[in-house]
Amino acid sequence: MSRQPRSYKDLPLAPITYEDTREAFKTGSWRTFKPVVDNSRCKKCWICWKFCPDMSIRILEDGTGVEIDYDHCKGCGICATECPARCIEMVPED
Amino acid sequence: MAKKLINGNYAAAFGAKLARAEVIAAYPITPQTAVVEQVADFVASGEMKARYVCVESEHSAMAACIAAASAGARTFTATSSQGLLLMHELLHWATGARTPVVMVNVNRAVAPPWSVWADQTDSISQRDTGWMQFYSESTQEELDTVIMSYKVGESPDIMLPSFTTEDAFFLSHTFEPVEIPSQELVDGFLPPFRPEIRLDVENPRGFGSLSMPHQWYMELRYLIAEAMDRARERILRVEQEWKELTGRSYGGPLDEYRTEDADVVLMNAGTAASTIREVVDNLRREGKRVGLARIRCFRPFPTEEIRALGRRVHTIGVMDRCYTFGDGGPFFTEVKSALYNLKDRPAVKNFVVGIGGRDITMKTVGKLYDNLFRIKAGGLDSEKEWIDLKRPEVG
Amino acid sequence: MMAGALFGEGKDVQAFPYFGVERRGAPVTAFLRMDDRPLRIRSEISEPDVVVVLDTFLMKYVDVTAGLKPDGVLIVNSTKGPAAYKRSPSLKVATVDATGIAIRHGVGSRTTPIVNTAILGAMVRVLGIVKLESVLKSIRETAPVKREENAASAIEAYERVVIG
Repeated sequence: MSRQPRSYKDLPLAPITYEDTREAFKTGSWRTFKPVVDNSRCKKCWICWKFCPDMSIRILEDGTGVEIDYDHCKGCGICATECPARCIEMVPED
Repeated sequence: MAKKLINGNYAAAFGAKLARAEVIAAYPITPQTAVVEQVADFVASGEMKARYVCVESEHSAMAACIAAASAGARTFTATSSQGLLLMHELLHWATGARTPVVMVNVNRAVAPPWSVWADQTDSISQRDTGWMQFYSESTQEELDTVIMSYKVGESPDIMLPSFTTEDAFFLSHTFEPVEIPSQELVDGFLPPFRPEIRLDVENPRGFGSLSMPHQWYMELRYLIAEAMDRARERILRVEQEWKELTGRSYGGPLDEYRTEDADVVLMNAGTAASTIREVVDNLRREGKRVGLARIRCFRPFPTEEIRALGRRVHTIGVMDRCYTFGDGGPFFTEVKSALYNLKDRPAVKNFVVGIGGRDITMKTVGKLYDNLFRIKAGGLDSEKEWIDLKRPEVG
Repeated sequence: MMAGALFGEGKDVQAFPYFGVERRGAPVTAFLRMDDRPLRIRSEISEPDVVVVLDTFLMKYVDVTAGLKPDGVLIVNSTKGPAAYKRSPSLKVATVDATGIAIRHGVGSRTTPIVNTAILGAMVRVLGIVKLESVLKSIRETAPVKREENAASAIEAYERVVIG
């Protein structure tokens, strides 16, 4: 809550957050493995985009492949598992 | 204002219509069915400008109402017994989300064995959900309370859900003359629902977020507690406003009848109060100083009113059409707890009565007053007793 | 409908049913209280002044006159005369073939005639506490379909009821 309440008197009635939660809460730090895409082998089926539970895969504007939003990707690996071309690899973070 | 012959269920539907409920989501269950049928008719005929959402369960009905109320719509639903129990999880949610949903619950016994008859276990089981609970005595009161509960619940400094109950059959199916207020009157009394916080695509916010132990969960619960305490005063004020418009009021959260100089008082919630009034008048004619205090509002609990009564009455009998296994009748335990810190406490006895719709007759009530007079003369015989129970014959 | 008629004549009324499952054809008990002053008692009626029986088949299983006051009134939907149901000399008994009347007027079906409105006409005549016009008005206002047929049934029962 960005308004930094100091007591119950400063709270809204209901538990709500004012910020755009995507901007306020970067969850990329949860990852152990990160997906790395080889767009040269990408078949443009966008199955990874459909399956990503966190909407962290973006289709490139020129349609040549996808990019990962590492601020929000939690490293679940679903994209790598689902990719029929096997062009997404899970790589250790460090 | 025209009088119509309607039953409690239709009265509830008229209440929702006159309050201009905008979203109705409900699932039918005996003996509540006529409420949702009538509302559906109102919507289908265009008399009610509302969205009627057909759902597959009571759980979904409440979820739909919470969502609609979060978007700023005035909502209405009705249920009974097992249906209310299925809603339980979302009743807590409605409170936490501060959505002032209004519901009608027909008090019906819980299974097994199956029973569709009057018993207040279903609503009493929702004690800790943070819903305001009103218990109606008459069909007219049911209609009026539905309208009043919107006004109380939607007050910006309250924002709490509420339900009004009808004893199954004794109110839900009882036709009696009811004054239907005009739409103009209700519009003048109840302003449109305009919540400060609501779902808005132009101004997105996260709803139902997480709170860690060191953050704000405890404080948000405290806000609910404060709002519920404020509701005590608000219920009285809203009832006063309603009285000024209609001439009708119901005695606030604790509706007292001939208690001013009473030696013994019976306490009760629900329709049996009418029968008790008749017995009170009969006994008064015999010179016996008896009274009735009807608990009209169970949450918030009329603690101060009960203490004021306890200061001047010698013996109180609390009737419970429900039971908390391993303790006593829930109305009894709460009344006793309200009285505990008084210096001179009255004796309090629990009468468990009318369970599963068993009839509470004038004869039953007469026995209870006899018992209270015996207690006044000779002290408490027992703390609780199941009345009209089929017991094995002695000897 | 009877409550509506009495209410229309200025009485306070209270009408409520007692039943189990909501199924067409299942046995139902219904109560009606009326008074000149406001009613308060909300318990069931265990000692009625009047008992009306719509289906004599039930009399095999239920003692319908249990609690009926000794000088009370029993109205039965039956082709038999009142003598068949007269249990005691002080009891006033009336019978009417409401089933036949309902079938003749096409109220309900031939196998499941709806006898409720016909019996109201008989009640008006036997009890003398409410005007036939009030009951007909109530029927016309509340019957969901076949309003005139329902009203005609009540009129015929009013005319044909046999008082013993």
